[in-house]
Amino acid sequence: MDQSDIRGAFFVECEDLVEALNDGLDRIDESLDAGPDPETVNAVFRAVHSIKGGAGAFKLDALVRFAHQFETTLDALRSGRIQTDPPLMALLHRSADQLSDLLQAARMGDASGSENATILAGQLAAAAGEVEETNDADAEDFGFVPMALDFDPVPADGVPAAATGGVFAIEFSPSRALYACGNDPSVLFRVLADLGQLEVQLDRSRLPDFDVLDWQDSWLDWRLTLITDEPEHQIDEVFEFVEDLCRLDVRPVVAPLPLPEPEPGPAEAAVAAEPVRPVEQRPGSIDENRASAPRATVRVELERVDRLINIVGELVINQAMLSQCVQDEGVAPRSPVRSRLDDFKSLAREIQESVMAIRAQAIKPLFQRMSRIAREAGDIAGKQVRLVTEGDGTEVDKTVIERLADPLTHMIRNAVDHGIEPAERRRATGKPDAGVITLSAAHRSGRVIIEVRDDGGGINRPRVLEIARSKGLVPEDAQLVEEEIDALLFLPGFSTSAVVSDLSGRGVGMDVVKSAIQALGGRVTISSHPGRGTTFTISLPLTLAVLDGMVVDVAGQTMVVPVAAIVETLRPRPADVHSLGSGDQVVAIRGSFVPIIDCGAIFGYREAVRSYHDSVLLLVETGRQKLCALVVDTIHDQRQVVIKGLENGYGKMPGIAAATILGDGRIALIIDPEEVVDLGSADPFALPEA
Amino acid sequence: MAAPRAASDLREVVAFRIGSQEFCLDIRAVREIRSWSPTTVLPHAPSYVMGVINLRGAVVPIINLAERLALGPLQPEARHVIIITVVDTQVLGLLVDAVSDILTVPPSAVQATPRVGSEATQTFVRGVIAIEQRMLRLIDMEAVLPTGGRAS
Repeated sequence: MDQSDIRGAFFVECEDLVEALNDGLDRIDESLDAGPDPETVNAVFRAVHSIKGGAGAFKLDALVRFAHQFETTLDALRSGRIQTDPPLMALLHRSADQLSDLLQAARMGDASGSENATILAGQLAAAAGEVEETNDADAEDFGFVPMALDFDPVPADGVPAAATGGVFAIEFSPSRALYACGNDPSVLFRVLADLGQLEVQLDRSRLPDFDVLDWQDSWLDWRLTLITDEPEHQIDEVFEFVEDLCRLDVRPVVAPLPLPEPEPGPAEAAVAAEPVRPVEQRPGSIDENRASAPRATVRVELERVDRLINIVGELVINQAMLSQCVQDEGVAPRSPVRSRLDDFKSLAREIQESVMAIRAQAIKPLFQRMSRIAREAGDIAGKQVRLVTEGDGTEVDKTVIERLADPLTHMIRNAVDHGIEPAERRRATGKPDAGVITLSAAHRSGRVIIEVRDDGGGINRPRVLEIARSKGLVPEDAQLVEEEIDALLFLPGFSTSAVVSDLSGRGVGMDVVKSAIQALGGRVTISSHPGRGTTFTISLPLTLAVLDGMVVDVAGQTMVVPVAAIVETLRPRPADVHSLGSGDQVVAIRGSFVPIIDCGAIFGYREAVRSYHDSVLLLVETGRQKLCALVVDTIHDQRQVVIKGLENGYGKMPGIAAATILGDGRIALIIDPEEVVDLGSADPFALPEA
Repeated sequence: MAAPRAASDLREVVAFRIGSQEFCLDIRAVREIRSWSPTTVLPHAPSYVMGVINLRGAVVPIINLAERLALGPLQPEARHVIIITVVDTQVLGLLVDAVSDILTVPPSAVQATPRVGSEATQTFVRGVIAIEQRMLRLIDMEAVLPTGGRAS
């Protein structure tokens, strides 16, 4: 293993760590009211810490600096010096995003930090309310220089819980003058900590936006809780020198707070002394939460897995051929050979499924990326948006996950931009200010269903129709049902128009989304309820190695057409087929004329047939919304086929997507409907004329 | 490098027959020999590309060598064989009448292809080998390849 291998391994490991980090932050989000589970905070801290460690080894300075500041803030959270609240969580999420960006940059060989990282580091420092680093803040430096800091001012144990002297709540708001005189709150707090057990909590609610911040002023307040044996005047003495430079309120908390356990453990005393928040998490239950520890995994090169998948595909085909042979030999159905063969068959299937499962991955990392997209889009659009994910453990083929990223990003942005209404309009209709986008994944009948659902205003259908008409995408007098109007959003014309950005409905770039999904062998559909929101449903095959195909005959050749592209199959009546120009023919389907493409002729297998009474038409829909009728001779059946690439053996052939091996061992070519349609229509037009 | 580049590379050759003529190939380019099985026809392929077969899961194109060498079309039958060859990374099948021998040939035995009129012969035959009253025509596999895209 040389240096670059180790470096590569580090970045791969970081992917997991970033995932764990985001995961932990999400969990903290969920339990915001109850307060974070210490184990989760620890996990988040560990993730950042590990990234920092690795980054240090590779001299990725910008990364180390940022991770260090991030870690410092998380440590403050861990030790209870600061509390989780929505602004802090937003900052932590943004920081996790930034960390991931820095990692990406470092991976590309860019070790320098970004301006954004510097700003965020400053915010993190401020959020941590760093006792130790206040000096730095004073010196106009927000403390992202790595420093060896000892963050354990609160001894977790050692101080007896039954500190009877008293519990004091101290509110301390330094003035600008306090800093100007060279005082440092951290020094004061350290002296206080000597008196007993001290809890420091930063109140940064007065802290303005960073770009309007006057750094010379004092924005930070502290709430302290001191458990001490000493009398109150000792506390006053600590603040003696700054009395007129701050607002100070020291008051004894009269009765010691009832503790959640009759006999508190030592670590609990610190928590119990925190007067504001009920503590649900008991130290004793931490161990139970460790059940979510990562399972053991093996990293394998994708190539090896693919080889295995190929071989297993062979095994299944071979088994089918063997069954055929045994049957042809006239072996009795109840013979031992047959039953052993059946066992073999089920074993082969089982192996195939297990091997396919190796490529499958939980969709979670993709969904986590989408949370980030939603956050960023919300910031840009100035809307409050919350992304809720469901079923993020759903497993999908790795390639599918990779190629879903772009279309999903598009859809999430669209949902934020066009789906969710501005807060005032939401309020007017009795909805909460914050819009909710739900991203869900589930397995349903051998396919993966992914939904992007928003609780926005729904599609403004009259407006959509009006625009489609004005752009000539539909005839003026066309009567469209609701679904047809919604489907207009997928028309390419919709994405290029400037008018659309004013549209309260949707439509930006949805044609791109649709073709990306179709390239994966999937479909996307819309359903929308005015005032209640819109749902986009993506249906995908489980794996790219297998395709739902319709097995057909074309001029004596067995071929496969992807079912995903087929809208319907029909036998045309002679009266429905019309000639158009020299040699071209169209078929009338429910009032519109659809061009006919003869597959046999396109592929050069035979002359174009003139009459289709013996043929079957496959009505296919391609990415650009063109309907086309493909002529085939017969349809055999519909089945799942294993996809074999052709490029290595022969090279790309127009109109052919790939090949597959049929049960009898012969190769069948898989038709690429999109290309066939392009081949068949020299001058493509967007929609069949109605 | 699987295909013979220079005559001095030669050690063993696989001899085979198309019609009445005998040809040979460097044995290092030959992966296996199998019986004829029907091919799946490729659209718009040149006439000498017979289509593709399934070779244990790999999609392998089959060249009708007789047609490629302009020896007239050879109608495949069950008695014909396919020589599976590997050139660089590309796997390719050659339809021939029959495989006859495996011969060891000293490099000095390879003579330049006599200057004949047939363009196909000049292109695909790298040299001739005289051995025991026979003449083996040494096939240039790289020239035989229907390189991707060009075939369409």
